[in-house]
Amino acid sequence: MNKSLDNIKLLQGNEACVQGALLAGVRFFAGYPITPSSEIAEGMAYYLPKLGGKFVQMEDEIASMAAIIGASIGGLKSLTATSGPGFTLKQENLGYAIINEIPCVIVNAQRGGPSTGLPTKPAQGDMMQARWGTHGDHSIIALAPSTVDEVFWLTIKAVNFSEKYRTPVILLLDEVIAHMREKVIIPEPEEIEIINRKKPTVPPEEYLPFKPDQDGIPPMANFGEGYRYHFTGLIHNQKGFPTSNPQEIDWHLRHIYNKIKQNAKNITLYQRHFLDDAKIALIAYGSVARAAERVVKLAREQGIKTGLLKLLTIWPFPEEELSRLANQVELMLVPEMNLGQIVLEVERVVRGKCQVISYNRVDGELINPEEILLKIQEEIEK
Amino acid sequence: MKNLIDRYIRKEMFPHIWCPGCGNGVVLGAIIRAIDDLKWDKNRIAMVSGIGCSSRITGYVDFCTMNTTHGRAIPFATGLKMAKPDMQVIVVMGDGDCSAIGGNHFIHAARRNLNLTAIIINNMIYGMTGGQFSPLTPTHRIGTTAPYGNIDQSFDLVKLAMAAGASYVARSTVYHIRQSISLIKKALNKKGFSVVEIISSCPISYGRLNKIRTPVDMMNWLKDIAVSSKAWENLSPQQREEKLIIGEFLDVDKPDYCALYTQLLEKAREEEVR
Repeated sequence: MNKSLDNIKLLQGNEACVQGALLAGVRFFAGYPITPSSEIAEGMAYYLPKLGGKFVQMEDEIASMAAIIGASIGGLKSLTATSGPGFTLKQENLGYAIINEIPCVIVNAQRGGPSTGLPTKPAQGDMMQARWGTHGDHSIIALAPSTVDEVFWLTIKAVNFSEKYRTPVILLLDEVIAHMREKVIIPEPEEIEIINRKKPTVPPEEYLPFKPDQDGIPPMANFGEGYRYHFTGLIHNQKGFPTSNPQEIDWHLRHIYNKIKQNAKNITLYQRHFLDDAKIALIAYGSVARAAERVVKLAREQGIKTGLLKLLTIWPFPEEELSRLANQVELMLVPEMNLGQIVLEVERVVRGKCQVISYNRVDGELINPEEILLKIQEEIEK
Repeated sequence: MKNLIDRYIRKEMFPHIWCPGCGNGVVLGAIIRAIDDLKWDKNRIAMVSGIGCSSRITGYVDFCTMNTTHGRAIPFATGLKMAKPDMQVIVVMGDGDCSAIGGNHFIHAARRNLNLTAIIINNMIYGMTGGQFSPLTPTHRIGTTAPYGNIDQSFDLVKLAMAAGASYVARSTVYHIRQSISLIKKALNKKGFSVVEIISSCPISYGRLNKIRTPVDMMNWLKDIAVSSKAWENLSPQQREEKLIIGEFLDVDKPDYCALYTQLLEKAREEEVR
């Protein structure tokens, strides 16, 4: 049996997510059936017990989010998967994971919204909800793959980021990426970088569960391993107990906000396609980035110097790279399957240094390369 | 007593936030006495709570503790128990916390027969938010959101837990403290989902609104409304209206979720990868 051939798989995006999660060390999944993410739950129900992991089908989306936090506190790498309506329900306990700095991963296979919306059609309408969906100031990491292979690798990244930075990480798929099949080469386990949360090095009586090290991240003790301490959704001090001291409150809020910001360089992933001499830059992510890649080729065939900045990390937003790019190009075009969410961030970062326009589609259909190209041609002729 | 405080209480968290005459401290005392009798290792005990007056209990005890979101203590505890099946996981909830916003989680944990002990401190009112009626406020009683008297029927948590599939179900009050301790002890020792409802006193909200104004009045009221199942048999339907049965209602042995999961893991390992 040729091992390398054996490692080449034709996988659905949701299946690639399962394989990536298992290799990254995820050993707990809690979820609730919802289209178009259910194959992730089905895969986890099958594979996790084979590896000694646990799968629980919960009574609802809220409970699923709570359960993965509980399991993470018990020391298991944990993941849940959902779509728009479920993602809305998860916001409550997502906030709990943020304020308590709990590593966990939430997959949102986006479908059309609002409300029940378009269950079997793709959309990118949850970009801002991923950033600001839960109440209060906070930070978050969100990643958006545009191929099945990227789903595999970004799932591993998501788990690693969550462990490294003690934070929930959101993986934003869309219905197309979740359900389409593409080739994935599954690496050997030793080829994959796995990051595990930092454990405390001090004895239990000296442990301050929310005191960050120099890197901004507090070491995390699992429950049941000799360190007895407290988690609360209330603003807390470094001991983990509720506080109403203004200094401690201010410190806590800034800490959970800044720990991602100060590490943004290592978190913001993107790909540059033909940008070196580009005068027009497409800014795209998810399944739309596939069309954008094609547009670059078509436009260049017509002599239009076009490039693509494909965003893999959505939050924290890749401000530095975009700001640099704004000094070079004359026009940025942001095609999205929403009415203009990421374009707002692009405008904020660009600050008028170049022209920014958006192209939007919200009819449940994919954006075609031809329509983006047409938009470019229109702009040039203006 | 001092021994128990030294052993189980986070003294730096005191004074506590509870009002004079509140029953939460009595329940806290009952839980640590039950645990002390069982001689359990504190490192192996987790206590999980939701939101409300009663949920502050987790801040005061020296175990592995989680004060979670409103109504969600059980699903948080579910994840923890699955990750650490060797830990004893105790869930403490208030009546609104458990039976309103957390009602769905409560019945499904019972249905799974998951190895948790749920202790519900039932003061028949939302205390922390100022005395609104809860699903366990009796009909006709007054709440700040039921100024003309509550027209809702109240849940019977005992019947609910039994119907949903729990293994152990009991009820007592903060007046019947020795009984409370022994019921909690039995619940803690039970495999599967165990439930102890403890009727508690809230003189500040429930008492003031319903003319049982002092802590002593409330204790006398608890003494008066609680009857054994035997005494219940001899009451007329009219006499039963204001009474509550206390004691043990259910104690059965059936497969618990953790044991079933261990079997599932063995089965999954044996089967060929498809």
